[in-house]
Amino acid sequence: MEENKEKQIPEAAAEKAAAPAPKPAAEQPAAAAAAAAAAAKPAVAKPAPKPEVPGENEIKPRLVELDKLHDEMQRLRDEEKMDFLELITGVDWGEEGLGCVYNLWSTETGRREYVKAVCPDREEPFIPTVSDLWTIADIYEREVFDFFGVKFLGHKDMRRVFLREDWVGYPLRKDDKPEEQNPLKMENECLSDTTLQYDRAEDGSIQVKENVVFAKDDYMVNIGPQHPSTHGVLHFRVALEGERIKKMDPKLGYIHRGIEKLNESYTYPQTLALTDRMDYLGAMQSRHALCMTIEKAANIEVSDRVQVVRTIMDELQRIDSHILFFSCLCQDMGATTAFLYGFRDREKVLDIFEETCGGRLILNYNMIGGLAADIHPNFQKRVSEFIPYMRKNIREYYDIFINNVIARNRLIGVGKLSLEQVVSGGCTGPSGRASGWHNDVRKRQPYAAYGKVDFKEIVRTEGDSYARLLCRMDEIEESLNIIEQLIDNIPEGAFQTKTKPIIKVPAGKYYSCVEGSRGEFGVYLESTGDKSPYRLHYRSTGLPLVWIMDTACRGELIADMMAINGTLDYVVPDIDR
Amino acid sequence: MAMKLKRPKIKNIPYEEFNDNETYEKLVAELNANGVNVIVKSLDDLFDWGRSNSLWPLTFATSCCGIEFMAVCAARYDIARFGFEVTRNSPRQADVILVNGTITNKMAPVLKRLYDQMADPKYVVAIGGCAVAGGPFTKSYHVVKGVDKIIPVDVYVPGCPPRPESFLYGMMQLQRIVKAENFFGTTNRKQKDPQTLGESIESIKEVVENQQEA
Repeated sequence: MEENKEKQIPEAAAEKAAAPAPKPAAEQPAAAAAAAAAAAKPAVAKPAPKPEVPGENEIKPRLVELDKLHDEMQRLRDEEKMDFLELITGVDWGEEGLGCVYNLWSTETGRREYVKAVCPDREEPFIPTVSDLWTIADIYEREVFDFFGVKFLGHKDMRRVFLREDWVGYPLRKDDKPEEQNPLKMENECLSDTTLQYDRAEDGSIQVKENVVFAKDDYMVNIGPQHPSTHGVLHFRVALEGERIKKMDPKLGYIHRGIEKLNESYTYPQTLALTDRMDYLGAMQSRHALCMTIEKAANIEVSDRVQVVRTIMDELQRIDSHILFFSCLCQDMGATTAFLYGFRDREKVLDIFEETCGGRLILNYNMIGGLAADIHPNFQKRVSEFIPYMRKNIREYYDIFINNVIARNRLIGVGKLSLEQVVSGGCTGPSGRASGWHNDVRKRQPYAAYGKVDFKEIVRTEGDSYARLLCRMDEIEESLNIIEQLIDNIPEGAFQTKTKPIIKVPAGKYYSCVEGSRGEFGVYLESTGDKSPYRLHYRSTGLPLVWIMDTACRGELIADMMAINGTLDYVVPDIDR
Repeated sequence: MAMKLKRPKIKNIPYEEFNDNETYEKLVAELNANGVNVIVKSLDDLFDWGRSNSLWPLTFATSCCGIEFMAVCAARYDIARFGFEVTRNSPRQADVILVNGTITNKMAPVLKRLYDQMADPKYVVAIGGCAVAGGPFTKSYHVVKGVDKIIPVDVYVPGCPPRPESFLYGMMQLQRIVKAENFFGTTNRKQKDPQTLGESIESIKEVVENQQEA
């Protein structure tokens, strides 16, 4: 007990420092500013303010008129080979109107393109859809509709997806007051079986058409929201044809906590704490992405030591996440012993985290300009011990589960996704790489210390559930290789760059991404030069994965659904934000 | 004359080392306010001994704390030592609901429904800052500021997320509550539903009248 108490103290302190408790954190910058001013007084002269240089991750989206938007996007996709629609960010630009920023990335040429569309009409905003060009646009546009009320012309399914269907207002609009209009409702939500489609007729008027999602005589099964398998709370409405899945409609938002809206009222250091709580199995990487976005945007230099430590931490996190993936998959498919094997090894990673960060799951380690604390003196020793330990134990995973005949029969050939499907569906990470898509951000756009290490991008071509499992297992070994190259060569230096007491990001739009445990995690930041962001939007790694479920499951047995959703590996709080 | 409190025995932790013994003693005094029959009480003790060592939790996790709950179930922390390892997927088979994680406005009716489906006697443990009071998301438009706004809570376990040790400590506190309850002879404590707490007698009368009219 005594030991535990002692251990808990630093953790509590770290938590306190990083938690977004509104009161102390709000006071902190002021107090820090006062202290800095007092310290600066005896100095001879104030250093002249540096001329503001634009951050290297600044993006300048090209404004495209609404009636030309669809043709232009089609041209970009077909002629300029922009096959990957990374993100659609809805933004409320106030007077200018409501609109979207589209991030495009070409898999072939590696070129990026940013397009912006604005609708000045705030009462009845309409923007043409691109959901016929990229399947992933389907959910991104519904997300924008849900939070901003922008209706997409030609989109086949304009229902809410995160909020209740009887929700009033659009919470991410700047003038919306969601609490006042929406008291807590305790009656169950009624889900509609039909949806609306908006089209513009020849004469320019808007026509509304009713589409059927599920017909009256469809045989329906509800899976969720009370925890289907070990992947969090979400709700699948499944239509069956005998035992085979005919159609699947995911309902999200059971853990939507309004993080993006909260961020708009927080200062930059405060926003960091929420990233850990989105994808808690990629806590390091999400926070790394946000820190990197702010650092690059505000031109804050980060030392080499920090870059290397961040890389090692990201990879440890990836190992942690993939072990948990393996354990959960086994648990979902009834192999409880394998679950215990996985957790045995995961505890070793958590021990390493705990010693340095103070936390086990929510780590709060990266800070703007560096790290919360330097690495623990034992860190290098323990990580060096962990590498051979894990290499040995991963063999056991193959013996107990992966090479097992039952596991092979249930996974091989199940939930096949083709290359076209994953690219159009934006499925990044190991789930996309299992179908042959080279999408590893660490290779395509090296950040932190990834440019200095030698590692393989794990890509397979089968595209089934078994390939997705093997991809992750190979990635564990590749992560061990990366760590092995870095762990003995952590450069000396400061673990934290001195930043201004109040961090402000120059006005503009910024985008940065990292390779998270389950795909590309991106941060879209729009700043007006203030101390808190104007809009902070995350590219969720899991949203495309849950959206491809419909494609992956069609025609499969209902019993195989758990294997497919287990191997796609999404984390629901990251999807809902 | 005040009856002497019979102290529940929890393995390895002496009674004095538990926090918040005052609340516990108050609860026990309330339960035994009308006195207890010696024979019936010994039957109760046997019954409670069995129940407190086989509390079956419902697998209910919405976010981060759920992962820590899985860690508690796994080998190192081994929840099976206490008899809590039989996690049930159906609320009808569960004794205790561990609310692991944030409860949002959309999830609130679902949680209430799950709670209503559980058979009595049932218990609720709020785990983590979010379930206790909304945690880092108290300012959000879509988060319930504590599950005790929807369902009655027996034990609160703070932390973000709580350490596995805190989980187990919280569950031991629940064991103590279970051990204090009476089943034979006297009526058991029945907590009021917070949804109906605010309703005045007039509004209930109104409902009854309306029903009669219909």
